[in-house]
Amino acid sequence: MSAVLEVTNIKKNFGGISAVGGVSFDVREGEILGLIGPNGCGKSTLFNCILGQLTPSGGEVRLDGKVVTGLRPAELNKLGVSRTFQLLQVFPKLSVRENLILAGQEHQGSMASRLVGRSDAGLTDAANQMIGFFKLDHLADEPAGGLSYGQQKLLDAAMAFMGGPRLVLLDEPAGGVNPSMLADLKDRLVAINREKNATFVVIEHNMEFVMSLCSRVMVMAEGKVLAMGRPDEVRKDPAVIEAYLGH
Amino acid sequence: MSGFAKPLKIAFGLIIIAALIVVPMNFNRYGLFILSQWAVMAIAAMGLNLTLGYAGQVSLAQGAFVGIGAYAAAIMTTHGWPLPAAIVVAIGLSFAVGWVLGYPALRVQHHYLAFVTLAFSTLAFLVFRNESWLTGGIYGISNIPRPHIFGIATSKPLPFYYVCLGSLAIVSLAVWWLIRSPWGRAFMALRENPLRAQSLGVDTRRYTLMAFAIGSALGGVAGALYAPLTQYIDPVPFNLSLSLDLLMMVIVGGAGFFLGPFLGAMIAVLLPEWLRFTEGYYLMLYAIAVMGLLIWSPTGILGILDRYLAERRTKAASALRAVAKSRLEPVQ
Repeated sequence: MSAVLEVTNIKKNFGGISAVGGVSFDVREGEILGLIGPNGCGKSTLFNCILGQLTPSGGEVRLDGKVVTGLRPAELNKLGVSRTFQLLQVFPKLSVRENLILAGQEHQGSMASRLVGRSDAGLTDAANQMIGFFKLDHLADEPAGGLSYGQQKLLDAAMAFMGGPRLVLLDEPAGGVNPSMLADLKDRLVAINREKNATFVVIEHNMEFVMSLCSRVMVMAEGKVLAMGRPDEVRKDPAVIEAYLGH
Repeated sequence: MSGFAKPLKIAFGLIIIAALIVVPMNFNRYGLFILSQWAVMAIAAMGLNLTLGYAGQVSLAQGAFVGIGAYAAAIMTTHGWPLPAAIVVAIGLSFAVGWVLGYPALRVQHHYLAFVTLAFSTLAFLVFRNESWLTGGIYGISNIPRPHIFGIATSKPLPFYYVCLGSLAIVSLAVWWLIRSPWGRAFMALRENPLRAQSLGVDTRRYTLMAFAIGSALGGVAGALYAPLTQYIDPVPFNLSLSLDLLMMVIVGGAGFFLGPFLGAMIAVLLPEWLRFTEGYYLMLYAIAVMGLLIWSPTGILGILDRYLAERRTKAASALRAVAKSRLEPVQ
């Protein structure tokens, strides 16, 4: 299996503080990689450096072997890299369906064709399918801001998949989602992973969720990679237990 | 505004349009001037509504673009060019300047952006006033001709009112098309959550510049009609207070609502006239009315209607749910 994403020695300093201090790893095609570690260990900063939201202080990001360091988020998204956010990031006044159409429209045609073409960019069916897939049918026409926290989390995840991404970085998708909805979410992620052969990197604190979903887990502490391996290996690693999992 | 049935909305719209065509036929000169001014200001406010209401970019420079359009039209038509050509130039010029003014918006937002655009507004005013070789300075430009449209002279107030109304109709259709296109959705995404928009492939830079450029271009269109409407322009009408007036029209009408600018321009242009019977007090009453409205409904006139419709929809939905629930109750 070839690497979709290769991260080499990424560093990010804020003033004199090193948030990410030289992280290297790769993500293989079709895998689900978990990323865990204590709060403030640099997981989200690493995501933001990979996704172009922050400019890394050093290091390189490659997508399918091509250097993409420093590309803007919108450009990366067009190359098939999508994400979800730790905090709720939806378009509150747009309806659920409009949120999803927006999430896909920039992948359809050119800027000019989107001005003169169909109002839904031909995405109503795809959006309805995604709504059904994430069990949001009864909420399709509601403004996204009126949904519960967990439902907005689901919508956020659904939006990340509208453009048909190859690689999705999910930042704490399970945070604040109730257990039954969480089971649904996991179910959906596994299905998309299998059917569409989409590759995931998942930051999550919910150990059960990570351990059952991911094929490999990377553990970060203080801006560095502490361990990387199969979930059962990582769980037994004394260094990981010391830094994060606790005795 | 999705709470009303579609045929009802269409019928209502047709009645308003018919009234706008038929009723002014008996108006005197002054009445027609005010109504034409309403149409012109509605066009400018629609542009600002696009920039501010839909795309969420604060601008205190819309009045300057009306000025740019007005001077372009005044200079060209007094040199023998036809008005349609002047409108095309006004659109091109304000689009280009608006595009450039969009660049600060890529770095600063909200109050800071307001200040940048305010400075631009002042700069434009100084150009209108000081570059007298081009603009006639404080003496302005007079004897601006009104056009012949399809061979019909529009120098009388009524035909020129129809020119303004027709232009308003064309601009309205274009704006309606724009906001229901994927571009409109991308503009709203800029307003609602630019961070999320970026991560979904929305080129926020280009859409921000477009929002400024298109909004400004509509200001230019309004200006190009304003010049032949008044037939005389000087720098004063295009100072900062016009930008503030236009901002008020958008906010009072309801920012981000398609019909907001029509209502806002009505309040700003017509309400002071209706209050004239109070003589010396009319501006004070006008100011109090606007303050009262915004305290009552910060989202403007259409915000009130929108809340009412949303409430009604919620009630209807919960009634439906209640019915559905009672059906699910086991039969005893």
